[in-house]
Amino acid sequence: MSARGHTLQIHSSPHIASGASVDVIMRNVVLALLPVVAFAVYSFGLAAALTLLVAVFSCVATEHLLCRLAATPTTVRDWSVTITGLLYGLTLPPALPLWMVACGGVIGVAMAKFLFGGLGYNAFNPALVGRAFLQAAFPVAMTSWTPAFAADRFSQLPASTFTMPFAAPVYDGVSGATPLSLFKFDGQLTATGDLLLGLTNGSAGETCAVLILAGGLYLAARKMLNWRIPAAILATVAGLGWGFHLLSPADYPPAGFMLFSGGLMLGAVFMATDMVASPITNAGCVLYGVLIGVLITVIRLWGGMPEGVMYAILLANAASPHIDGLIQPRVFGTGRG
Amino acid sequence: MFSALRQHRSFAHGIHPPEAKDDTRDLPIKQFPFAPVMIVPLSQHIGKPALPVVREGQEVERGQLIAEPDGFVSVAMHAPASGVIQRIALAPGINGRMSPAIFLKPFPGSSQQVSEGEPCDLATASPEDILLAIQRAGIVGLGGAAFPTHVKLKVPDDKHIDTLIINGVECEPYLTTDHRVMLEQQADIFTGVRYLLKVTGAECAIIGVEANKLDVAQSLRAALPTDIPVTVEVVAVKYPQGAEKMLISALLDREVPSGGLPSDIGVVSVNVATTAEIGRLLPHGRGIQERVITIGGPAIARKGNYRIPIGTPLRFALEYAGMAQNVSRVFLGGPMMGQSLPSLDIPITKGTSGFIAFSDAQTAAPVEYPCIHCAYCVDACPLFLNPSQLGLLARAGQVERMADEFNLLDCFECGSCSYVCPAHIPLVQRFRAAKGVLRKRRAAS
Repeated sequence: MSARGHTLQIHSSPHIASGASVDVIMRNVVLALLPVVAFAVYSFGLAAALTLLVAVFSCVATEHLLCRLAATPTTVRDWSVTITGLLYGLTLPPALPLWMVACGGVIGVAMAKFLFGGLGYNAFNPALVGRAFLQAAFPVAMTSWTPAFAADRFSQLPASTFTMPFAAPVYDGVSGATPLSLFKFDGQLTATGDLLLGLTNGSAGETCAVLILAGGLYLAARKMLNWRIPAAILATVAGLGWGFHLLSPADYPPAGFMLFSGGLMLGAVFMATDMVASPITNAGCVLYGVLIGVLITVIRLWGGMPEGVMYAILLANAASPHIDGLIQPRVFGTGRG
Repeated sequence: MFSALRQHRSFAHGIHPPEAKDDTRDLPIKQFPFAPVMIVPLSQHIGKPALPVVREGQEVERGQLIAEPDGFVSVAMHAPASGVIQRIALAPGINGRMSPAIFLKPFPGSSQQVSEGEPCDLATASPEDILLAIQRAGIVGLGGAAFPTHVKLKVPDDKHIDTLIINGVECEPYLTTDHRVMLEQQADIFTGVRYLLKVTGAECAIIGVEANKLDVAQSLRAALPTDIPVTVEVVAVKYPQGAEKMLISALLDREVPSGGLPSDIGVVSVNVATTAEIGRLLPHGRGIQERVITIGGPAIARKGNYRIPIGTPLRFALEYAGMAQNVSRVFLGGPMMGQSLPSLDIPITKGTSGFIAFSDAQTAAPVEYPCIHCAYCVDACPLFLNPSQLGLLARAGQVERMADEFNLLDCFECGSCSYVCPAHIPLVQRFRAAKGVLRKRRAAS
């Protein structure tokens, strides 16, 4: 409407905003992941770099192409699919054949994210769905580990990396068992200090607990991650681990080993905290974290596989909407007094 | 930061928007001149419009009664200036609708002198007499709600009021009227408190002030009368601390029940400017013919706190305060809950606490993302609603479920959820629309 020569804009209040934005949150998660990515490349060399590159590219390209196919504006600029790609790559064995890496990325983003409606609607963490697909389809490749800090890691790629699709990958002589499989199958414990600093074998980005925790602390301080989720997971795993170790030290590893081995840190800090697939209330987040912690402990201690973080988080993702249905904030002026 | 939090009480949740009060907080209240024509709408309050008691062509004195309350939920109107009643006709209101108003043409050189009425003597008046005097003085909630004050003060007989809260929080950014009133009209405020204590039968009164007005707290404390039980409490700077429910929660740790009133928990709360007006007008039997308004924002050259006659056309007021030619947005009230105005050709009414003008270029609406369940809104909502869930239901048009399962009707539209949303979802705007749909549906059935 004109008001003597000028037009007034009308808008329903509030007329100011905090400036927070989804893409800023997502970029910060990427930022928090960069040290973990750098350490993955440092410890596993070219193989990890290529794995991460293919993982990110396959995820981003899948989302972009699907958006084009669906004739909707591309959503890759919100950076969420970049996080998916990075997280997915970080959970893979560094010498995984690249065609498998690409397959899992396509499946994860297409089936777990795009089909559900894209960002905000994915019931499950897409990175973990991609990984779960690989675990089911290629169980041998997914449990074939290369040693960290190999002398030729920056000059030579493992033979398996460029395996042709559907050909059996060939692994070099040296295998690098992970701390969890060493314990499960050989009864060997890895020193907690090595676990903390990432001086062990494993998936590309799961080894260095310190860097993962640092990224988590950064995000929690910026309120881009609900610290209650990792806190509940870690406390549950540590508590249960401590209890069982006390009962039978020969059968069950100590709490420190439970905490810092395998994918627990990466899963607890960066995977379980996916805002979309976790509960919305603080109390709900604690329950969700405890559930994940219990599932991890059960799978690790009595399951057929050494590691259970992935399945634990996916199962809890499924429970998350129901936790929200169960736990709602107590509305002001109801219930009390 | 944590020491500040511990120092002052507050409610849970809430947000911290920029305060933007520095431009006007130290500017004393200035008297405004009369506009060439004043437009006094008959409905400036919630309830029935007032009934005019003047005729076209009649000469009136400043302060003279020009419209009577029509029933209990209605208040009187008084002439803002000495002059001639031009006509009683439709005039555009804030909501864009036309409504009946009294057009008054002030005499040239009309004096600021106000005519005296029948005083309401504090010593002899009964609570009913005071309520009637408040209604006859045309007093409504000056914080912005414009709800008739005497209706709010009429406590049902089965309820006992123990505490009277005087709300001097003023948590909306930019607004500084209550700040100035509390510095400049302390005697009026304490007189108002005396009337209010008598009306409500409360055992004590607490003046609640936000911690960004420590000068106010200090000077009010220094001036506290010793013969009435009144104290000053400082609460933390947080939005929406000035909301009645939030202030009561901060001061007394009591929750107004969902769907209930403060009197249900023994409390009556009154805005501090309203209290000051009661103290200023009742002893002289006068009515509200002007109020203090902050005119601010980047598009205003002479920002300030002005005592402006009711009925002054907004355009006149803004031009007097030096509005920029390229003004693009004007809010009535603050930027959090204020209404953006479609036109400057509306009169200033009793519920107006401020006008904030901006001259920024047309800004593109930010991209709206899907809800990512970040829970920022859940952690901001002062009433512990779930705006995320309400937003999803609003999108799906499930207004009944919003009300029945997620307490939509408790929302008082503070806008904290929209303010924090990183997905830029217009949450409170959708809740407002949903309430409208619900109201229509429930009225129809």
